[in-house]
Amino acid sequence: MTFKSGLLGMCSLLVMSGFANAETLTIATVNNGDMIRMQKLTDDFTAKNPDIKVEWVTLEENVLRQKVTTDIATKGGQFDVLTIGTYEVPIWAKQGWLVPLDKLGADYDVNDLLPAIRSGLTIDGKLYAAPFYGESSMVMYRKDLFDKAGLKMPDAPTWDFVAEAARKITDKKNEIYGICLRGKAGWGENMAFLTATANSFGARWFDEKWHAQFDQPEWKKALTFYVNLMKDAGPPGASSNGFNENLALFQSGKCGMWIDATVAASFVSDPKTSKVANEVGYALAPDNGLGKRGNWLWAWTLAVPAGSKKVDAAEKFISWATSKEYLALVAQKDGWANVPPGTRTSLYANPEYQKAAPFAKMTLDSINSADPTKPTVKPVPYVGVQFVAIPEFQGIGTAVGQQFSAALAGQKSVDDALAAAQALTTREMTKAGYIK
Amino acid sequence: MARRVTRTRKWAVTIIAWAIGILIFFPILWTFLTSFKTEGEAVAMPPSLLLFDWTLDNYREVQQRSDYFMHFLNSVTISLGSTVIGLIIAVPAAWAMAFQPTKRTKDLLMWMLSTKMMPAVGVLVPIYLIFRDTGLLDSRLGLTIILTLIDLPIIIWMLYTYFKEIPTEILEAARMDGASLYNEIVHVLTPMAVPGIASTLLLNVILAWNEAFWTLNLTAAQAAPLTAFIASYSSPEGLFYAKLSAASTMAIAPILILGWFSQKQLVRGLTFGAVK
Repeated sequence: MTFKSGLLGMCSLLVMSGFANAETLTIATVNNGDMIRMQKLTDDFTAKNPDIKVEWVTLEENVLRQKVTTDIATKGGQFDVLTIGTYEVPIWAKQGWLVPLDKLGADYDVNDLLPAIRSGLTIDGKLYAAPFYGESSMVMYRKDLFDKAGLKMPDAPTWDFVAEAARKITDKKNEIYGICLRGKAGWGENMAFLTATANSFGARWFDEKWHAQFDQPEWKKALTFYVNLMKDAGPPGASSNGFNENLALFQSGKCGMWIDATVAASFVSDPKTSKVANEVGYALAPDNGLGKRGNWLWAWTLAVPAGSKKVDAAEKFISWATSKEYLALVAQKDGWANVPPGTRTSLYANPEYQKAAPFAKMTLDSINSADPTKPTVKPVPYVGVQFVAIPEFQGIGTAVGQQFSAALAGQKSVDDALAAAQALTTREMTKAGYIK
Repeated sequence: MARRVTRTRKWAVTIIAWAIGILIFFPILWTFLTSFKTEGEAVAMPPSLLLFDWTLDNYREVQQRSDYFMHFLNSVTISLGSTVIGLIIAVPAAWAMAFQPTKRTKDLLMWMLSTKMMPAVGVLVPIYLIFRDTGLLDSRLGLTIILTLIDLPIIIWMLYTYFKEIPTEILEAARMDGASLYNEIVHVLTPMAVPGIASTLLLNVILAWNEAFWTLNLTAAQAAPLTAFIASYSSPEGLFYAKLSAASTMAIAPILILGWFSQKQLVRGLTFGAVK
C-alpha cells in the first residue's frame, strides 16, 4: 500500500465514522439478467432504507460458487447476502452456515411463495433462503416446422411422440435438426437434463441405502434413448453443447425442438435476438406415463451467511428483493414480461402478467409438476430433482456427466459409460461413508 | 546460388514469422472486433469479419454496469506495488546468489522455483484463513503481498540469470577502489543491470496484471481488480460474448499498450542469457 492510499484509507475511515449508523451490505450475486436488473433497482431499496448502503459483487455462476463456498466454509464474513441455488440451500442449512429467515416482515406473505420451490428451501420447518426467481424446464418447439411436417404438439407430450417428431422434422441437408439437447459434461450441464429425463424413465441415482443405480435397466433405457435420438435427429458436435450453444442454434432456426430451462422462453421469443421469435410454441417436458415428467426445478435464492454481522439489514434487503412490491416495481420500470418468474402464486393470477408472458402458464405448470422431495418413481434418500443435494454430488455428477458425454460423442458405448458411472459413483460414495 | 538460397530462406522465415504472429494475435483481434457486434452477431455462423453493424452498445452497457475506473486503479496499485516490493527484495537476493554463491545456492534456487509448481488452489483455504484473521481479505495491501510472494521466485530467477552475465571483475575493480557493499550494488551493479531490471519489472507487471486466481478469490467489492471485472460478464444463461469482449478489451488495453512501448526491453529480458 502506498503512502497516498494509506492516507486515503484513513480519510475514508474518518468519513465513515461520521456516518456510524450507515451499514454497508455486501451482496454476492450471479450475473443473470434478472439479477442485473435487481442491481440497477438498488436505489429504490436505499431510498426506503436510508441507513443501509449496498455494495455488489456480481460474478459468473461458477466463479461465484467457488468464492462464496470458500468464504462460508472459513466463516470469512465477506458477504452479508448470498445468491445461491436450490442445490446449496439444504446442504448449507444443515451445516449451520445459513441464518434462518424469520424477520422478513409482517406483510411479506410467505404463503404466497410457490409450494414446490418453498419446500426445497425449508429445512425442519424453517425457511433458510428466499427465492428470487424460479425455473423449470420445458419443450420449446417451432410451430412452422411442426405444421410443415403435419404434426401437432400436445400440451403434455410423451417421449415417444417427441422422438418421432424429431426424426420427422430433421433435414440435415438444410441444417435443420429435430431436437437440440444438452451434451456438454457437467453436473449443472448435461446431468441436469439427463437426471431429470431419467426420472421420467423411472430411474434414480441411489436406492434407499445410497447404492448407485446405473446398473439398472431404467438408466440403460434412458441413456440409450437419448444417445440414439441425438444420433438421428441432433445437431453435429452435440457433446459440447450447453445452454448457450443450444440457445444460439435455436435462435438461428436450426432446431425443431429444444428442451431446456423455462428462462430461455424470454430469449427465444425476443425478436431482437431470435430469428424464430414468432414461431415458438411451448409444451410441458415429456414423460413416459410413469407419473414423473422430465423437467427439473431450480431457483436462485437469497440467503444470509452465518458469518454476517448485519443480519437484520440483510433480511430487510432479502424481503425487499423477493417481495410482491419488487415484482410490481420491475413491471412498472421494464414491463411485466421482465418480472422475475417462478416464485409467487399471486404473479400467475395477475391478468396483466398472463397477457405479457405467453409462456407463463407453461412455466407454472412445469414448476408445480416437479417435487424436489419426491423426485423419482421409486423412493430415494435424497432431495433434488435434477441433482442430489449432498456435497459430493458436484464431483460425482461431473464425472458421470463426462462418461455420458463420451457416450453421446460415440467414444464409448452406452453400456461402457454406464458401467464406468456405476463404478466411480460406488467408489466415491463408499469413500464418503454413505455405503457401509 | 548461395545467395538465392539465403534469399528464399529469408522469405520463408519472414512468412512463417508473420503467420505465427497473426495466429497469436488473432484471438485478441477477434475479441476486439466482437466487442463491436451485437450479441446475435457475435455468435452468428458463419461469422462476419468486418461487414457488420458496428455498435458501441456493449461499451455503454459495461460502463453503466460496473465501475471500470475503480477496478483499473486496483489493478495498477496491485501490479505495480507487488513488482516494486518484489524488486526491492529480489535485487539483493539475486546479487548474493550471483556473486557470492555457496554450495547450496543452486538448491535454494531450485527450491524457490518448486514453490511455483504447487497448484494455487491447494493453499487457498489456509491463506484465506490467515487473511481473514489479519483483516487482509478484500484489501489491496493483502493482494499486493500475495502477488509479491508468488512472483518473487520468477523475479529472483530473472535477475539472477541477468547478473550472472556481468563480469565479476568489474565488481572486483570497484572493491579495489574501496567501494562499500552498498555502493557496489547501487552505483556499479544496478546501472549496468538497468535493462535487465526494466524487463523484469515489465514482465512482472504483466504477470501480476493477469493473475486471476488470487485476485478473484481474495476480493469482494473493494479491492477487486480488472480480472473480477471481466469475470462479471461471462454467463452460463444467455448470450454474453459481445459484452464480455468489450470488458476484456477494456481490461487488456492498458497492459497491451504498455507492452507495445516496451517490446524491446521485454524481448531482450526474455532472451538474455539464452546464448552463451
